[in-house]
Amino acid sequence: MSETKLRKNATKLSNAVVYTLLAVLGVLWVLPIFYLLYTALRVRPDTGIINQLFPANLKLGMGNFTRLFTQTEFSTWLLNTLFVSVSSCILTTVFILMVSYALSRLRFKLRRPIMNVLLVLGMFPGFMSMIAVYFILKAMGLTNSLTALILVYSGSAALSYYICKGFFDTIPKAMEEAAILDGASRLAIFWRITMPLAKPIIVYTVLTSFISPWCDFIFVNTIISDREKYTVSLGLYKMINSEKSSFNDNFTLFCAGASVVGAIIVTLFMSMQRYYVEGITSGAVKG
Amino acid sequence: MSERIEGRKKPNPYKGLFSAFRNGSNATRLSFFVMGSGQIARKQYAKGALYLLLQALFFVYLFGFGGRYLLHLFSGNLGTKVSGEQWNESLQIFEKVVGDNSFLILLYGVMSLVIIAVFFIVWAMNIKGSYENDLRIREGKKLPTFKEDLKSLANEKLYAPLLIIPFTGLLIFTLMPLIFMILIAFTNYDYRHQPPGKLFDWVGLENFKALFSLSGGTSSFAAVFFRVLAWTFIWAFFATFTNYFLGLVIALMINKKGIRLKALWRTLFVIAIAVPQFVTLLLMQKILDGDGILNKILGTNILWLGDGRYFSLLPRVMIILVNIWIGVPYTLLMCSGILMNIPTDYYEAARIDGASTVRIFFDITLPYMLRVTTPYLITQFVGNINNFNIIWLLTGGGPVDNLYYGGGTQAQSTDLLVTWLYRLTTDRNPQYNIASVIGIVIFVISAIASLITFNRSASSKREEEFQ
Repeated sequence: MSETKLRKNATKLSNAVVYTLLAVLGVLWVLPIFYLLYTALRVRPDTGIINQLFPANLKLGMGNFTRLFTQTEFSTWLLNTLFVSVSSCILTTVFILMVSYALSRLRFKLRRPIMNVLLVLGMFPGFMSMIAVYFILKAMGLTNSLTALILVYSGSAALSYYICKGFFDTIPKAMEEAAILDGASRLAIFWRITMPLAKPIIVYTVLTSFISPWCDFIFVNTIISDREKYTVSLGLYKMINSEKSSFNDNFTLFCAGASVVGAIIVTLFMSMQRYYVEGITSGAVKG
Repeated sequence: MSERIEGRKKPNPYKGLFSAFRNGSNATRLSFFVMGSGQIARKQYAKGALYLLLQALFFVYLFGFGGRYLLHLFSGNLGTKVSGEQWNESLQIFEKVVGDNSFLILLYGVMSLVIIAVFFIVWAMNIKGSYENDLRIREGKKLPTFKEDLKSLANEKLYAPLLIIPFTGLLIFTLMPLIFMILIAFTNYDYRHQPPGKLFDWVGLENFKALFSLSGGTSSFAAVFFRVLAWTFIWAFFATFTNYFLGLVIALMINKKGIRLKALWRTLFVIAIAVPQFVTLLLMQKILDGDGILNKILGTNILWLGDGRYFSLLPRVMIILVNIWIGVPYTLLMCSGILMNIPTDYYEAARIDGASTVRIFFDITLPYMLRVTTPYLITQFVGNINNFNIIWLLTGGGPVDNLYYGGGTQAQSTDLLVTWLYRLTTDRNPQYNIASVIGIVIFVISAIASLITFNRSASSKREEEFQ
């Protein structure tokens, strides 16, 4: 009797410890995000902003967001990014699905060699060849255009076939074989049987490829020089990291812009969290 | 269907192009020189015309554009004529002369080589197709019509239409630039040899020697290179394992029996994933700045990211800490997914035996997790070796340390190989040749790590096992 009581007390104690730890860590994880939002809402004082957490003449409001949309090119950048990410996410997803299906389901002579070549190609750091990519785009007359960005983002999509192929590998073959006996073509099987089953991995691929243009600024920085054609990431980066701006300039504006981008991605992410988890776990477990 | 099976029984009825020439019909022989003639002779007009068109296009490219760069490429140097002004004796003026451009010679040369390789494959397909027709006729079989050919593209040859577009993209935006940059490693392409004003040329293995030979003293390229390499590995190790264990521990805490509001706790951490990485990093950079809010709150005056003492120890630790903030939510998500898959009988058996929580963790949970996630860990390790953003946005590679990273190396004290590579290519005084060698080194490291992963990973060996 007393032993169970003791055990109960021990559990209670360990739960209390866990709660405390989780609370402390949780606060640590959320604090920077609060700081971001807080700074975004800070209208006055807007310089010297970082120096004091609660300055005397503090004024909160939506002023920075109004300024962001009226006095900077932020809305253009948003539209640019939306255009690039929608186009490149469609292309990337289609490419990845095509390659993964071919490598997972179809059998042909060059299958193994192709998989090895893709593996090797994926091991070179992406921007080692950035300069060369820039000149190839220049030769195609495509520098300083959003099309170039789309091509670059989706052009190497085939390299990330791995997770998706792992998923296809787990789909039972029996159904396909039955369909083949019924006289369905391989193409029809791809469309009518595999695609509907692959919904989680499609959502995962769409999500990751949609988000990547919102976060990349290295390629944009190389390819695009025209302020009107920036994507949000480069625009925001330049806002606080250009030669003209000093340390504290634009920091409130940056935070406002970052919150907008963050809000978009949070919404997307939360609505599809389930698939995302499925995606990364399947990728991790199956290699 | 029956044809396919028969084709499989005789794995290779035509041993290469040579026997096609020896044993094929005259039409097949002709198609060695005029593509598509074999098909046209067999009344496969559409297919034949397609081949013929491709050949015409290829020749137009080769003689109209690519050929002259190829000639340059194989002449042993990358151009001889320097652009500039030249005195014209007869007109008594300085004339602008457009000379060779080593960069374009190399770039278009590589492009032409790739196009030739692709054309060679098409050419071989044309001959093989024609020879296959010969064999069919000899065996008294019907030739496939154009319609049947198209139909096979949706069936046993579905891989071809599926792969061709993604692979074209790969060819243009990955393979070609890569070959180009690898070749740069064997040239002297740097700020002293920058086209169009100046030419660069092949130098053999000079760049590799400069980077690897230790004879040059403490601020030579080689010494700096090994310092950067060491930090790259130290960083990748700590970044990978701190994230992994902290993520695992938090996942275990959330999954613990009796802990309520699991979804809330998880969301608290997962929100961090949703904030784009560059935003977090720029924000952290401002928070940790000398004038930043952290110093203000603590009332200190510490250069969190800029203190160069003790081999920049403080910035390095800060980078790893910030990385924990960014990375742990990912491992948390993944770990809590896998933890749920651990068979519960293990735990029950252990509990009946009276094992403590700590023992259960080290004897069951950890071994299981490590076994399942080894591929993930190795991929993470490689990813961290190439983790450009975190260094570039937090410290920019700095602080500058001229004692240990000086000279003309342009490296700084928290540089990883990738950020060093990036600075070497985008600096005002670029050194593409050295950058390219560094790129090759990164490749070798990743290749070794990936080979280990690939050999260990389940899916490469057991593709069919899930069926």
